[in-house]
This record gives sequence, structure tokens and C-alpha cells, in this order.
Amino acid sequence: MLILLGVGVIVVGFALRLNPLLVVVAAALTSGWFAGLSPLQVIAAFGKAFNDNRFVSTAYLVLPLVGTLERAGVREQAGRVIARLRGVSVGWLLVSYMIFRQATTAVGLMSIAGHAQTIRPIVAPMAEAAAERRDGPPTDETRHAIRAMAAATDNVAVFFSEDIFVALGAVLLMVGFLTSAGIVMDPIRLSVWAIPSALAALAIHATRLIVFDRRLSRDARSAEPSDAQGGEA
Amino acid sequence: MIKLGFVYVLAGLMFAGFAIYSARDAGNPKRFGNAAFWGLTSLSFLAGDRLGDLGNGVLVLALALLGALGLVGRGPARPADAAQRLAAAERQASAERLGARIFVPALVLPLVVAMGVLVLKPMRISGVPLMDPKQATLISLALAVIAALGAALVLLRQPPTAPFREGQRLANTVSWAALLPQYLAALGVVFATAGVGNQIGLLVNTYLPVDTRLAAVGVYCVGMAAFTMLMGNAFAAFPVLTGGVAIPILVNHFGGNPAVVSSLGMLSGFCGTLMTPLAANFNLVPPALLEIPDRYAVIKAQVPTALLMLIVNVVLMYVLAFR
Repeated sequence: MLILLGVGVIVVGFALRLNPLLVVVAAALTSGWFAGLSPLQVIAAFGKAFNDNRFVSTAYLVLPLVGTLERAGVREQAGRVIARLRGVSVGWLLVSYMIFRQATTAVGLMSIAGHAQTIRPIVAPMAEAAAERRDGPPTDETRHAIRAMAAATDNVAVFFSEDIFVALGAVLLMVGFLTSAGIVMDPIRLSVWAIPSALAALAIHATRLIVFDRRLSRDARSAEPSDAQGGEA
Repeated sequence: MIKLGFVYVLAGLMFAGFAIYSARDAGNPKRFGNAAFWGLTSLSFLAGDRLGDLGNGVLVLALALLGALGLVGRGPARPADAAQRLAAAERQASAERLGARIFVPALVLPLVVAMGVLVLKPMRISGVPLMDPKQATLISLALAVIAALGAALVLLRQPPTAPFREGQRLANTVSWAALLPQYLAALGVVFATAGVGNQIGLLVNTYLPVDTRLAAVGVYCVGMAAFTMLMGNAFAAFPVLTGGVAIPILVNHFGGNPAVVSSLGMLSGFCGTLMTPLAANFNLVPPALLEIPDRYAVIKAQVPTALLMLIVNVVLMYVLAFR
């Protein structure tokens, strides 16, 4: 039972907003200790696992590209494109992105977009520009809310469409596990049952995006007169 | 055959470049902490297999200490000075000059990734696959970055140092959070060695009610979401709860369709992924990358969708699995 204290260390450490890298190491030491490993053994086991999981951090290979595009002005240009298009709102922009992201992920092209290569340089500046064109320059809080919603849209779209593609990790893991449990199954039978949830996710999240958009517009309208009064007083 | 090692060498060289250009960034008070952090990361990618397990463990501790002591990052935000205003004006002018051409490298990236996954992956040269089929996506991404960077330097007339200089700027914006996903992946391995997953599965199976069909569906789906939140990964939760609850009770006892049960069980786990800081690459790295001060802003934006989708998955499983 005491090995579960490692999970407790994680929960408390993240709740207190301590540095997560240290919290993770402390959790490993705690669970390892109660599983009968010495601290040195845990550190070695953690080091080996860290080395074996380097592929996780290879996603940052896109940073030099994104940085170079930003230096050339890609975020400014993304904003300019939106400023010229009439009638593009934050809500519909993000709904369109979600449909694009779900459709491409469902055919196995999950890695063609993402937070670093798409959201930061293109989608978030477009969404902020759309809000600015309709409601005037957004406050910092509004900008942050728009960016968070853009990042969330990418995650929701990917999570609820990746299982439609038969050759992605989750489906193969399920097939492998079911085979070991004596249930032999064609991967396509699993991926078919991911489709209803993908459609539901689109309906739910798109509705939230439209509601979010309306709230932005309402907040901007109610902020204006009070600012003007403040100016007179 | 191109293997994962190629991607690691490329990443190692990139992090080495980040270290050098971080050290030269005189405007950043944390320049030397950053140089040490990315230098150690580079060492891990270039020579991790030769450091030994304990050596890698010490490296992990050193990286965590650099992060925890506040030596990594961009330093306190300063009011926009003349240099920053000049850079902003230059970017605006560059955007006006380049117009839509600026998006070409951004399109090269997905096109080459798609070509790699769809065309190059199945390709063989005298019987040997062109790339390791298990790592085709990462290798394609690496090739795509090289192609897109080439396009950016030539088409957008950027200086050859720009990728390192600007990449370093972004890397230090994300700061130590960049390595958190890899730390959590390693923690998952240590937890598995210590038997944490089995222990939680045992608790669920012993203490939760699974005597009606609806209760069993609810326990499995909500359990997948909750367990995923604790482990940070639906893949870790799936074998424990599917082996412990879904197969013995939903499939064998109540006669549920195993395809429907597993598929919707995994998707319930993904609802948990949307709500946990332990899924750092999805939930904590983006706020750092997008310069949102609230570390949990993306999670907060996702929670309503995740909870509604959890209900949807329970209903779908109850309706579709037992026809």
C-alpha cells in the first residue's frame, strides 16, 4: 500500500505548484523506497527510463523552424490575413481548425500539426486578430483565454479522432492487450467504435467554442461604456 | 536504413546550438543556467547510451536542480525597450514584404511528414526498408524539419544562424517545462516497476460496486478517467482496468462486445488525460509555449469538454456494447 505514497507526492506537489521536475524525482524516490529500492537504485532506474524515453522530447525539433518563421513575421502575417477576411470570428475559426485536425488525424496524419508548429505561430495569432477586428484590442486576460482555448481545441480534436486510425498507438495497444487476454480482434473493429465519440466531441466542443466567442463579444461590449465613464470621472 | 539514432543526433546538435546561443544572449540574466540546461540535454541525446544508468540518473538530478533553483528561463519580463520595438517593427515590415510566401515553409512541414508516413515508410531499397518502420513518424518529422528550414532560409532570406538563435528563444520561453513530459514518462516506468498500477487496480476491484450493468460501465469508464489522471497516461490505465474490470465483468459476466468496451474505455481514459497536469506535453507545455501565465489555463479550458465526453462515453458504452 505504501508505494502509493508516490502518487500522493505528485498530487500534493502539483497542487502546491512546486517545481514539477523535482516533484517527479521525489515521487519516484518515494515509491521506489517503499518498493524496497535504495535511493541510488531508484536514481539509476529513473536515469535508464529517462534515456529510453528520449523520443518524447524529439518533438522540439520544430522549435528552430517555428522561431525562424516568427523572425520573418509569420505571426504578424497570420493576423493580417484574418484582419482582411470579413466575418471570421474566433469561434468559427477554431471550429474550422478542429474539423481539419480531426479529419487529418483520423487518416493517420496526427503529426502534421501541433501546439509548437501550428497553434503558436498561426492559429493563436489568427484567433487573437479575429477578436481584435471585431471587439477592439483584447485585454491580456482575453488574449490568454483565447490562446488556452486554441491549445485545448488541438488536444480535444486529436484525442477524439486518433483512435479512428487503425495503425496508431492506442489501437495497437488495445489489440495487443486483448490478444494476450485471449480475445483476437481485427483493429478495424476497434476503430469503428471510436467514430461516435469523435462526432460527439465535435458537437460538444464546437458548441463550447461558439458560446466562448459570444462571451468574448459580450464582455468587450460591456467593458467599453464603463471605460468611457471612467475616463470622464 | 534511417533509424531513431539519426533523430537523436539531430536533436543533440540542436540542443547544443541552443546552449551556445543561450550563453551568447547577453540580454538574458539566466543565460548561463540556460546554457548548462540545454548543454546537459544535448549530452543526453548525443551520448546518453554511454553514460550508464547511474550517470543518466545524475544528469536527471542536475537538470531538475537547475530548473528548481530558477536558473532556467527568460528572466523577469521587462518593459518593451527600444530594441524590442525595433524587432517588432522589423517583423511587421518583413510580413508585409513576404506576404503569403511566408506560409510556404509552414506547409512544407506537414507535406513532408505526410509523404514520409504514406510514401517513404513502405519504400524498400534492395529489400531493406528506407526507414525503421516503427519510428517512421519521428524520422519523417526530422526530415520534414530539415526540408522546411531549408525552404525558410532560402525563400524568406533568413540568416543561417536564425534557427539556433530563434529556437533558443522559444526553448527558453518553454524553459524546464520542455523536459517535463520525458520526466513523467520515466516516472511511469519507475511506478510500473514499483507496482503502483497493480495496487490501484486491486483497490478499484475490491472496493467499488460492479453488480449491475450500469454500475460496472460507470466504474470502468470513470475509473479509466481517474486512473489516467493519476498516471498521466491512458495507456498505463488501460491494461490494469480492462484486465481487472472490463474483461471479467463487462465482457465475460454481462456479455458485452469487447470491441465496443475497449474502444470506449480508452476514450474515457483520454477524458482523464485532458484534465491532468501529469499529461504535461498536452497540458503544461502549451501554456508555457503560448506565454500564458496560469500554468493550468489549458486544463481549465478542457475540463467542461472532458466531463461531457465522459458522460457521452458511458452512455454510448451502455447502449452499444450490450445489443
